[in-house]
Amino acid sequence: MPRFLTGLLTLLLLCTGPLWAEEVVLGLSKDKVSITTSFDGSDILIFGAVKREQAIPEGPPIEVIVTVAGPSTPLTVRRKAKRLGIWVNTDAVEVDRAPSFYAVQTSGPLREVLKDVEDLRHKISVPRAIRSVGAPSNISDAESFTEALIRIRSRSDLYQLREDAVTVSEQTLFRTAVRLPAALTEGDYVTRIFLTRDGQVISSYDTTIDVQKVGLERWLFELSRGQPLLYGIMSIAIAIAAGWAASAVFRMFRA
Amino acid sequence: MQIYLPIAEVSVNAFLLLGLGGIVGILSGMFGVGGGFLMTPLLFMIGIPPAVAVATEANQIVASSFSGVLAHLKRKTVDLRMGTVLLIGGLIGAALGVVVFNYLKAQGQVDLLVKLCYVIFLGVIGGLMFVESLNAIRKTKSGKPPARKKHNWIHGLPFKMRFRVSGLYISVIPPLLVGVAVGILAAIMGVGGGFIMVPAMIYLLGMPTKVVVGTSLFQIIFVTGFTTLLHATTNFTVDIVLAVLLLVGGVIGAQIGTRIGVKMKAEQLRILLALMVLAVCGKLALDLLLMPSELYSVGAATGH
Repeated sequence: MPRFLTGLLTLLLLCTGPLWAEEVVLGLSKDKVSITTSFDGSDILIFGAVKREQAIPEGPPIEVIVTVAGPSTPLTVRRKAKRLGIWVNTDAVEVDRAPSFYAVQTSGPLREVLKDVEDLRHKISVPRAIRSVGAPSNISDAESFTEALIRIRSRSDLYQLREDAVTVSEQTLFRTAVRLPAALTEGDYVTRIFLTRDGQVISSYDTTIDVQKVGLERWLFELSRGQPLLYGIMSIAIAIAAGWAASAVFRMFRA
Repeated sequence: MQIYLPIAEVSVNAFLLLGLGGIVGILSGMFGVGGGFLMTPLLFMIGIPPAVAVATEANQIVASSFSGVLAHLKRKTVDLRMGTVLLIGGLIGAALGVVVFNYLKAQGQVDLLVKLCYVIFLGVIGGLMFVESLNAIRKTKSGKPPARKKHNWIHGLPFKMRFRVSGLYISVIPPLLVGVAVGILAAIMGVGGGFIMVPAMIYLLGMPTKVVVGTSLFQIIFVTGFTTLLHATTNFTVDIVLAVLLLVGGVIGAQIGTRIGVKMKAEQLRILLALMVLAVCGKLALDLLLMPSELYSVGAATGH
């Protein structure tokens, strides 16, 4: 927390200089997330200030939207249907790119702080962050597949939409906390901040949070990819040793 | 206590894994089944990605089977000769099974076929064992001596071999074929195959139940060890942290299970195994028959 306060103070000092537009100055409580064996999710505090040259403009207040996106991968969404009395996967839609994690936090109701056109241009809301071009011609309701993807991932907190989660004070300082769940994949998490007025994006800023496995996790992961045969033999050796040890221990108890 | 699994890339409760390993280990030691047919669906349920669950489960079975076999070796209830013959068949079968599996994968719907395989085999084997054990128990109660093994067509085959521990003098062809069949199914279904092999040894080969369990475990060690290596080198899906947590519970459970198994009558043991097999079969059948709560599922891209 002291670090957060000093960050804010620096930001405030920066704001006093002669400047020419409304821009974002950003701070993160950490720009690196280390996945250790005991990793159980992580909270990242995102805070910043709006720097501007003149007095706060008239009209609707400034709103802030913060998004954090994990690495994107192509996916297949399948749907089951009843065939000959049993439920089987029948239809499948390929999603070109979907982030493994995506959080949107806003300072007000998303529909009010962001116009649809702007959402389309900057791909801010959860459905817009997923890119899906065209489904096979035999599937007429491709949207329901994207909806299902969002529903499934939202249930495990991988996709989040938190309205009113960003606090804005004096139209200048803002802060929010993003909760990264325990089931996190490695990669660069792109963090974007948008300033909007009357639903229009007036400024944006992006940075990345580096999510990486460290220590034992890193070592095992790299061994399994780099030396798979060695890794496999090691797994079996551990299994055999554990089996033998348990048997030996029990024999001691019986003796 | 939450723990992050490096390969599965999910965080799970360590005590839950230890507990699951322990329960499946007890069953493994009691019945001589690897427990894969129970553990793999359980791992799916707690959110482990299916590919990781199947591969890691193979590794865990190595540990619990090894632990169980040591207990059986000490009591001399392992027919090493029969185990080796079954193993040769099993490795041939596993190799064939991988070919079949890849063929089915290319045709799509491999998940469904695996599930149908489970339902059919578990159902048939569980049902047969249940009826047979009930009859055996009834016969023992009524005081009649159990029927002596009859000589059938199996005894007419060539390449006879003496299996002293099992008290058998039969051709090597039936055990080899049993091994091949189990190997194929094991590779397709992603399990050790004990739940198919144990009944096959009892009913087809006529081996005594006491020897069957140890011999089955002996064969399973090698088949699942081979599978672990295959998965580790081709799919990179063996999660060693997950395996260690499961096997710590598993090996302890297997030791307890082996001791429980010795105290029970063969018929009781078989009827319990039959009930368990039928329960898993029923669960899988219901999954196929009832409307799922979520019709959609998300998987890795298959590529166009």
